Amino acid sequence: MPAKPSDFSAARLDARSLALRKLVIGALVAAKRGHPGPALSLVEILRVLYDDVLRVRPDQPDWRERDRCILSKGHGCLALYAVLADKGFFPVDELSGFCTYGSRLGGHPEFGIIPGVEASTGALGHGLSIGLGLALAARMQRQDWRVFVVTGDGELDEGSVWEAALSAGKHHLENLVAIVDHNKLQSYGLVSEVQDLSPLADKWRSFGFGVVEVDGHDVAALRRALTALPFEPGKPSVLICHTIKGRGVPDAESNPDWHHKNALTEAELASINAALGDFANA
Amino acid sequence: MRNTCLNMVHELAKRDPRVVYIGSDPGPGTLTKMQSEFPDRFYIEGISEQNVIGMAAGLAMAGYVPYVNTIATFLTRRCLEQVAIDLCLHGLPVRLIGNGGGMVYAPLGPTHTAIEDVALMRALPNMAVVAPTDAEEMRRFMPATLDWPGPIYIRLAKGKDPVVPNPDGRFEIGKGRVFGGPAPVVIAATGVTVDPAIAAAQALTVDGIAARVVAFQTVAPLDVELLAEVTGDARLVVTVEEHVRNGGLGTAVLEALADMDRPLPRVIRLGLPAAFRHHYGSQANHLAQEGLSREGIEAAVRRALK
Repeated sequence: MPAKPSDFSAARLDARSLALRKLVIGALVAAKRGHPGPALSLVEILRVLYDDVLRVRPDQPDWRERDRCILSKGHGCLALYAVLADKGFFPVDELSGFCTYGSRLGGHPEFGIIPGVEASTGALGHGLSIGLGLALAARMQRQDWRVFVVTGDGELDEGSVWEAALSAGKHHLENLVAIVDHNKLQSYGLVSEVQDLSPLADKWRSFGFGVVEVDGHDVAALRRALTALPFEPGKPSVLICHTIKGRGVPDAESNPDWHHKNALTEAELASINAALGDFANA
Repeated sequence: MRNTCLNMVHELAKRDPRVVYIGSDPGPGTLTKMQSEFPDRFYIEGISEQNVIGMAAGLAMAGYVPYVNTIATFLTRRCLEQVAIDLCLHGLPVRLIGNGGGMVYAPLGPTHTAIEDVALMRALPNMAVVAPTDAEEMRRFMPATLDWPGPIYIRLAKGKDPVVPNPDGRFEIGKGRVFGGPAPVVIAATGVTVDPAIAAAQALTVDGIAARVVAFQTVAPLDVELLAEVTGDARLVVTVEEHVRNGGLGTAVLEALADMDRPLPRVIRLGLPAAFRHHYGSQANHLAQEGLSREGIEAAVRRALK
């Protein structure tokens, strides 16, 4: 029995969440392509990280003592671009060039190209290992910066994630935080049917992580969790965020057809406009 | 060669605080001295090559120069995507120490031999591929790894390999080395095939067929300038490698020659057939069988000039 969206989140979207979604959808509509579903489930996670948690300097993106945030589920990059632009890492105007030949903003984020992007991701299962290395480096250098790695749930099918989890547990990396965008859908369909992850929290616990689960669209709950790190002393943390893929555009919510779009039909555009305002499909 | 390489990691760690060692699951006692002297820069992470490469990338992003040590084929095949993306795409100074390049692990069969490793690595942008000839050259080469900006794949041979003379004692990544004066026959070799190539060239020259050797310990980036110089008047170019004939040194030399604005000399590529090998025995058995010994190289030149 497929789970209903209401099983994942009861949170309402406030004005800031809607404004960020407009940036996401504006870029998608301009490019006529992108991954709307995986981006829309991420908005509150990234919003809270960049608004309330991460120590970063948008005008100095390579500041040595910054917290590192890796979007391991690189296909959710429209949300990252929206938040980075909103925070001033690069001009908001650039979002309209998403995926065009001369733009910095590709369909997956690139390190060294886009200010604020900490790793080139898109191939799944890479982020947690890179984050592990960064977290070890911070400890070796006796620095107090932290490392946040945002993964998808389908991404957890990759064995490399669990190799990294083994190592992170072994090294007791308190400064490493994995955040799972648990939107319950992967490209083909339900995560529970493609490759069931349950019991997900127990899996992470058994790998040596402190685990907290949260409504991933509830800004206050996310803020509470991410300002109470580590979840357990002497352990890396994982925050499992129960989210809704496509959140904010009713037709897209929990709909695998909205995982990736190469074009938008009139009906899809109308659905977007009804939810978020008036976007012209140029 | 392997012991020299690993001991050099320890030596480099003494002089440079950026040096970090990561092993997967090496033999017991590997680098214990380094472990006791620099416990916080010594990691054993288990049989998890994908994770180890990503972890090394993260360490390198924060300023370290990690040396990752495991079996060559696991370091190139198993985690190819991590090597390509985490290391090459990010352009990070991680050093991959590939144990058992070529047919060193011949008795262990095709799961353990590394005979297309150079092809896999040299296909990746930003990756340097270096196959030193012997332990003494390894000692000269390793200090140059400290400040090379991108990733390096270091192809280790069996050990106790014949020492090729190097009178000036220098090693520069990306630079080849010529043995012998101008000659119409040029034998290009890499790694442990440099020694039999020199022996073959000497025997041929004594026999009236003037031959010289150009050693490309760095297969990528290839020293194209030197290749152009030594092959300018060549009648025959023979490449020799302990690797399948496609994608390695022979291919690199052919590509570079084809890109030169001049007629191609005749080129013969000596190497292993592009096939999984289902024989065991020793490395030497395989090299002799496929004509990669001194005798084989010599015979190939004579056949070509008939």
